[in-house]
Amino acid sequence: MHLTKEQEKMLNGEYGSIVSRMMRLLVRLGDVYGAEKMIPVASVQVAGVSYKSIGDPGLEFLQDVASEARVKVLTFLNPAGMDLENWKELGIDEKFAEKQLAIIEAFKKMGIVISATCTPYLAGNLPRYRQHIAWSESSAVSFANSVIGARTNREGGPSALAAAITGYTPYYGLHLDENRQPNVVVEVKAELKNSTDFAAMGYFVGREVKKGIPYYRGIRDADVDDLKELGAAMAASGAVALYHVEGITPEANEVETEGIEKIEFGEEELGEIYEKLNTGDEPDIVIFGCPHASLNEIIKIARLVEGRKARKPFWICTSRAVKEVAERMELDKKIEEAGGKLVADTCMVVSPIENMFSTTGVNSAKAAHYLPGFCKQKVVFRSMEDLLR
Amino acid sequence: MRGRTIYPGKVGGEAMVSKEPIGFYGGIDIKTGIVIEKGHELEGKCVKDKILVFPYGKGSTVGSYVIYGLKKNGVAPRAIINKETETIVATGAILAAIPCVDGIDIEKIKDGDVVEINAGEKEAEVIIK
Repeated sequence: MHLTKEQEKMLNGEYGSIVSRMMRLLVRLGDVYGAEKMIPVASVQVAGVSYKSIGDPGLEFLQDVASEARVKVLTFLNPAGMDLENWKELGIDEKFAEKQLAIIEAFKKMGIVISATCTPYLAGNLPRYRQHIAWSESSAVSFANSVIGARTNREGGPSALAAAITGYTPYYGLHLDENRQPNVVVEVKAELKNSTDFAAMGYFVGREVKKGIPYYRGIRDADVDDLKELGAAMAASGAVALYHVEGITPEANEVETEGIEKIEFGEEELGEIYEKLNTGDEPDIVIFGCPHASLNEIIKIARLVEGRKARKPFWICTSRAVKEVAERMELDKKIEEAGGKLVADTCMVVSPIENMFSTTGVNSAKAAHYLPGFCKQKVVFRSMEDLLR
Repeated sequence: MRGRTIYPGKVGGEAMVSKEPIGFYGGIDIKTGIVIEKGHELEGKCVKDKILVFPYGKGSTVGSYVIYGLKKNGVAPRAIINKETETIVATGAILAAIPCVDGIDIEKIKDGDVVEINAGEKEAEVIIK
């Protein structure tokens, strides 16, 4: 791989041993994937934040990095294992909290923004079209590549951190034009009534195309929340990191669809996915915000529940940034009066809900996919309106 | 034998060979370096100061951090030889600065062999003494 003088200096330890190791990691990964050079990144999003997933080994590593290195570009953090402010009232174990806060402290010392969100693009980290970035969270990677038209591979925790600290990423995969071509056309025949229908379709397509790049035809309209759910579902049931939607996503009219495989998504397929993802009857709790709820979703929920009292508790997971605005609008009060709660910094999949509930209602196919395994939940998969009815 | 350098270095030692892949997270105790995966062919053995030979890594990506932790706790293998190093082990070896080589016909190395590794920036050499 060709390296610039500056990159050589980093590799040779002129900026310290952490920078050197981080650069070596990127060069090595670049060699493995056939990159010819490094390119600067404008934005990074780092995963591997929850103490539940990285444990003491991860904590120690991050503390060592923090003792020596700082990030070079705007870097955001994935959700943590708990609400970083209200963890006590949510019943989080003290020891867990202590470790989790130590992880957060290490990231903060590196200069990483403690955004603790899987939707950085809704909370202040918005790359532009064709900009090279290094993001980790699978649903955020999908959104950035597809809806924004920025360019990122799906990075692991350490490789994203290495990009943040060096400011570079190896030039391969989805950074290159030729790897952004679709390989299957999805003809959409079903009527998509809400973002949960988009999620169900994403679940079906991800399962069918696996690591492929789908090109959707026949979607009349889709808002940011619909696309957020669509991408999250494809990255959960498959490993889709980029998709195109005719007339809607920015690269759709630049790519070639001649002669590639076609699949159809009709009412029958839509029904099949709802049947598959529904494993429970009556939820003990309803959780929204996978990926983290947008402000618009919170406004919708607040309107739906205003003046009513829910029979079961409901949570809305979101970023701290969005929660603050919602609080200023007193949406949190309307939600709390109805028996709900706004939860920031974390997500249902990484929080210990299995100790409290056995059946969870969700409007996200990604959540419906992970909750049975990670949190031993039965799932009721329905639209936001149906769950609140 | 010639192979590819994942992390450079020149070291020698006694080979500990596993025909099965190794999952470091939940597979090796980070404090003692003892293999704890139930039913693994190396179960109960300590990887400290060995030349650890196995086909490739498996399991959670947290494994990279475990390799790093083994080194910090002074119980890491002296070097790693793989058939093919995937990203979990590559990331761990690089972060921990443990010499690591792949592209080696590991079936030629027997458990207990004295092995010397000479890993340059790109290419590596493995000699069975």
